[in-house]
Amino acid sequence: MALPLEKYLRVGKLPHIWCPGCGHGIVTQAIIRAIDETGLDTEETVIVSGIGCSSRAPGYMNFDTLHTTHGRAIPFATGIKMANPELNVIVITGDGDAAAIGGNHLIHAARRNIGLTVVCFNNNIYGMTSGQYSPLTPRGSYASTAPYGMFERPFDLCELVKGAGGSFIARSTAYHTRHLTNMIKEALKYEGFSFVDALSQCPTYYGRRNRLRTPLDMLNWLRDRAVPASSWDKMTPEEKDGKFPIGILVNQPSTELTKVYGEVMVKAAAEGGRG
Amino acid sequence: MVSDSPYEIAVNEKWCKKCGLCIAFCPKDVLESDGGGPIVKAPSQCIGCLLCEMHCPDFAITVKRRAEK
Repeated sequence: MALPLEKYLRVGKLPHIWCPGCGHGIVTQAIIRAIDETGLDTEETVIVSGIGCSSRAPGYMNFDTLHTTHGRAIPFATGIKMANPELNVIVITGDGDAAAIGGNHLIHAARRNIGLTVVCFNNNIYGMTSGQYSPLTPRGSYASTAPYGMFERPFDLCELVKGAGGSFIARSTAYHTRHLTNMIKEALKYEGFSFVDALSQCPTYYGRRNRLRTPLDMLNWLRDRAVPASSWDKMTPEEKDGKFPIGILVNQPSTELTKVYGEVMVKAAAEGGRG
Repeated sequence: MVSDSPYEIAVNEKWCKKCGLCIAFCPKDVLESDGGGPIVKAPSQCIGCLLCEMHCPDFAITVKRRAEK
């Protein structure tokens, strides 16, 4: 039922700065609902963000929050987790923040399997600075820096994280709100590095340039391209063109970094801190 | 408003940015547009599916189950 908004939001900071129909509020609500349904202690949960529209989210969330520099949310979150592994550490990032300037940090967090939950608010564009293309902008779509259409190949962020060794990877969209909430819940429960690609909509800077005139048009565009992961592998390359799988894409538990590090600390102490 | 629905819908007009998603997602036409923002037109039709609440980007619409008498 209705979320206890006063518990999870800094209600004095609302209304938020996001544009009418922006998907980031929907994804933020899904995170809060997932936290509520998972029963995470708000006093033991830290939320960290970088720079961009997405990264404004923690400012509205009533937790210990950190708004850091562009692309560097994961390094700050890594420090928090290493210093106090008992904390639940959630990173909120955007497609520019996570895949462009912070791409290196993303792949190394996946490689290390540090126990962070990273939720990427992926709206395929740099919204805050008025619609430059990002590494996630689909080929052929228009951006302020791609007036003749995006000519580069985009990343598939889930495949990138998988290639870097990511052990829990899921994807959903702002259309599939219940599914998105469930994906985030599973990510929060996962002990190692968990990554959720949360497709969101930017009606102002993506939609208007790409004949998706209303927020509803954008949500339907997400709906029409999403395919359940269970069906994805049976599809031909032609059928997959322009579409993406949603659901849990990777779930291969392996030992979380702070656990391994704890063992190293025990060993170091036993050897008298030699070195 | 007297209603036979077990659900109570509240709209926070100070937070609502009138994107219309709540109206578009309601499967029972409970909400009506007031130049973009929602008016609760037919509360008795509400089935408590939460599609309006969960698709609201502004945290501006909530659906609660009425307290049992």
